[in-house]
Amino acid sequence: MAQMQTGRGEPAYDPGLEEHFEDKPEGPISAAIIAGGIGALALGVLTTLAEANETIKGWLELKSSVGPLSGKTTFAVVIWLVTWAVLHGVMRRTRYETRRALGIAVILVILGVIGTFPTFFQAFAGE
Amino acid sequence: MELTAREWWGVIHGMGFGAIFLLAFAGGLAGFYSLKPALVTAEGVVERMRRLKVGVVAMAAAAWGTVLTGTWVVYPWYRAGDETSTPLSAKFQLLADEGTAKWHEFGMEWKEHIAWIAPILATVVAFIVLYYGANLIRHDRVRKTAMTLFVMAFLFAAVAGALGAFITKIAPVR
Repeated sequence: MAQMQTGRGEPAYDPGLEEHFEDKPEGPISAAIIAGGIGALALGVLTTLAEANETIKGWLELKSSVGPLSGKTTFAVVIWLVTWAVLHGVMRRTRYETRRALGIAVILVILGVIGTFPTFFQAFAGE
Repeated sequence: MELTAREWWGVIHGMGFGAIFLLAFAGGLAGFYSLKPALVTAEGVVERMRRLKVGVVAMAAAAWGTVLTGTWVVYPWYRAGDETSTPLSAKFQLLADEGTAKWHEFGMEWKEHIAWIAPILATVVAFIVLYYGANLIRHDRVRKTAMTLFVMAFLFAAVAGALGAFITKIAPVR
């Protein structure tokens, strides 16, 4: 049986697992998590901006059959990927806690969801 | 019983990628949950990690497949024309009746946007699993973080999927 117990009753892992473990910094994980939150926020901001401003809505219409959704989603994905690349470069060797990154990302995602919520963004619609 | 080309795309978008997404989520969640030191042996870790990697990558791929086909293939048919077109597209069928207009004004408007958060988060989870691998077993904090993002990705996809199913029932894309 692989399960072992420490003196404090906490489960330890099978010593044979050691060979599968590598010492890797959490920075790249945190970078990916925060970038994901920024991607969601970008989508929310672009959705609200498109509703509030006809000029921006026109810019976002990359393909007429899809309408401004084509630009909102394309640019949100581009912002997400660029942010991820930049954060990855900055944080790749750091030990930035993933729990803190998750907290930041959850707040960004909530803001993004608010931005995509019709009741919210339609309130910015021009007359 | 026959399906038109547009209906086939609707099936691929919703039921094809959707079914893969659901399966991958169920498998992935079970994989994450069981990735505890007390439940993994040295012999089992390779197989367990391989299954988890396949699950999270499949979920991310299915999520991307869903939003890409939905936005770029099915959505143009949904919103085509205007209120004078014959036949009316699904969007204008919904808007023509006060009783169904909200399905477009709220349901579709939210679905078409919120769905895109799912593949972004699913990709983040896939990256975490591929990058960190078996380290997830001994770093419970990272494992729980990945699980949280995984469930969030599923919830956003579920909201979009449920709204899509209701809208398609009322005004299918033909």
